[in-house]
Amino acid sequence: MTPSARELVWMYRTMVRSRCYEETLAGVYLEGKRPVFNMAAGPIPGEMHLSNGQEPCAVGVCAHLRADDAVTATHRPHHIAIAKGVDLNAMTAEILGRRAGLSGGRGGHMHLFDHRVNFSCSGIIGQGMGPAVGAALARRMRGEDAVAVSFIGEGAANQGAFHEALNLAAVWRAPVVFVIEDNAYGISVPKTDATAVPENHVRAAGYGMPGHRVTGNDPVAVYEIAGEAIARARAGAGPSLIEIETWRLEGHFIGDAEGYRPEGEVAALRARDPIPRLRETLLAKGVLTADEEEKLVAEERRTVEEAFAYARAAALPDPEEAFEHVFAEGVRA
Amino acid sequence: MTVTTTMRKLTIAKAMAEAIAGEMRRDGSVLVLGEDIGRLGGVFGNTRGLLEEFGPERVRDTPISETAFMGAAVGLATSGMRPVVELMFVDFFGVCMDAIYNLAAKNCYFSGGASPVPMVLMTSVGGGYGDAGQHSQCLYGTFAHLPGMKVVVPSNAYDAKGLMVAAIRDENPVVFMFHKALQGMGWLGTVKRSITDVPEEPYTVPFGEAKTVRAGRDVTIVGLGASVHTALDAAETLAAEGVEAEVVDLRSLVPLDRAAVVESVRRTGRLVVVDDDYHSYGVSGEIIASVAEAGHGLLRAAPRRVAHPDVPVPFSPPMEHHLLPDAAKVAAAVRATLGEA
Repeated sequence: MTPSARELVWMYRTMVRSRCYEETLAGVYLEGKRPVFNMAAGPIPGEMHLSNGQEPCAVGVCAHLRADDAVTATHRPHHIAIAKGVDLNAMTAEILGRRAGLSGGRGGHMHLFDHRVNFSCSGIIGQGMGPAVGAALARRMRGEDAVAVSFIGEGAANQGAFHEALNLAAVWRAPVVFVIEDNAYGISVPKTDATAVPENHVRAAGYGMPGHRVTGNDPVAVYEIAGEAIARARAGAGPSLIEIETWRLEGHFIGDAEGYRPEGEVAALRARDPIPRLRETLLAKGVLTADEEEKLVAEERRTVEEAFAYARAAALPDPEEAFEHVFAEGVRA
Repeated sequence: MTVTTTMRKLTIAKAMAEAIAGEMRRDGSVLVLGEDIGRLGGVFGNTRGLLEEFGPERVRDTPISETAFMGAAVGLATSGMRPVVELMFVDFFGVCMDAIYNLAAKNCYFSGGASPVPMVLMTSVGGGYGDAGQHSQCLYGTFAHLPGMKVVVPSNAYDAKGLMVAAIRDENPVVFMFHKALQGMGWLGTVKRSITDVPEEPYTVPFGEAKTVRAGRDVTIVGLGASVHTALDAAETLAAEGVEAEVVDLRSLVPLDRAAVVESVRRTGRLVVVDDDYHSYGVSGEIIASVAEAGHGLLRAAPRRVAHPDVPVPFSPPMEHHLLPDAAKVAAAVRATLGEA
């Protein structure tokens, strides 16, 4: 399964959007937090986990997804949210704690929900996996061919939830695909110190499902493998596990001094940044001309600027709004 | 048009199964999942007959894998289904609590109301039969403490059916805590008073409405689940002594009918709370605080609580029964309040 020219451009555009988004976000996040880093200050308080470098995972998978397919994502959710089509203005307003945000500012960046595209995320490692199995089962029970995808980091593969969810998905033959974004670090602890096997895709065998590893942080390679797994799930043939080698180009969170990373590691990874690599490929293949590429980047910058302008102009919530939506109103008649 | 209502005496287990079956007939999105709820019909009998009527697609025996299936219930509920999921013993919550209190209880809030989680978590509570402290706790306060979940505790079959129907129709996660001592399983023994007339037709018992199950002028005894029966037993003993106790069955912890308790205490001036959950930081303290906050002068004597002391539930019967509330302890607490002022 190879991506069409249109899909290649969509993947590139989405990666550019995600990168522009997070570069802008990082600047806004740091407003008011210096000179001594104060996490609670500025327009965006709290922790901020950036996904720069991990865009290939999001676009290679989400290229195959529809709005009715469910996605559960992680505490590092922006690239996936953007690729799944979460409303950028409402997401940005949420991250800035505004009333116009996805939840009116109740969740913030680790708790993004957009029911229109069936996207959700959670800040607790591995805990989106069970819900993805249930979301997948619900779709199959209704006779739909929609699927669920659960994104996790490689650190989640050591959680009980990982093993339980894989087993349950296989027992139920649920149309779900588990995607490990292997960025080699659980905060500061390298995978080699945390995981008993060098590669997590082999763990799929323990649950009777196909396991794949995609190397090189390459969106086209992700597209190919994810396409097979998602088609398999849609066809009713059951779940799969995909492990994607990817790179965390930033700290665990903004403000992370990253003293635990070997000197030169980040610079070496940045030299292989997947976005310029895909750009070169598209230009070389003639999928995009240099002019078209420049125009695309300018468009995405504008889209991101508009989202931040929208969010900054949006009103903060009335403090009393904290009491709303603890419970849903009404009952099923 | 005439409506005929057929009444039969049912146990709580049968009333729960009947409520679920009725909702499954009425709404194709209702399904049941959990350990041993299919072929076995539930360890506590509350899903008996469902597999035979609705089949394995809607009545799913799960692996012993609470983290996965509780999480799956959340995913089902946010995807248009209405799962009724059983956590066999409430004591098992430790292996699946994230799905309960971080997802089921918070997704509605974190989605600004757009992604509610209409699921029922039914779970057995209570001891008294020598199962020790990993299979005998009540943990009412643990669940009621955490925002975003409704919590109900039936004391009899009529309420069990009505609360279950209401729970399945609710748009929110509802924790339905049924007490093993009331379940009507032969091997557990049953408080006879919990077996009541139950209409065959579906009906709802609204949440947040406590019920005065015995009227009295001298003291208010508040209970929930099995402790309602402990309170009623004590009230009978006290009546022979000329003391008329009013017994309030909370039925629902979230929402909590504080007004009913306050109104009763306003008349009696005395309060005893009976709770087989742990003494500290729980339902008994919350009830007393609600009365204290309602105003000066309501209480003519210090309030008392008869609760499980803050130690794990022990195995050996002399120790276990020493710690559990019983009618004698409740009667003694009432006499103590009457002895004051």
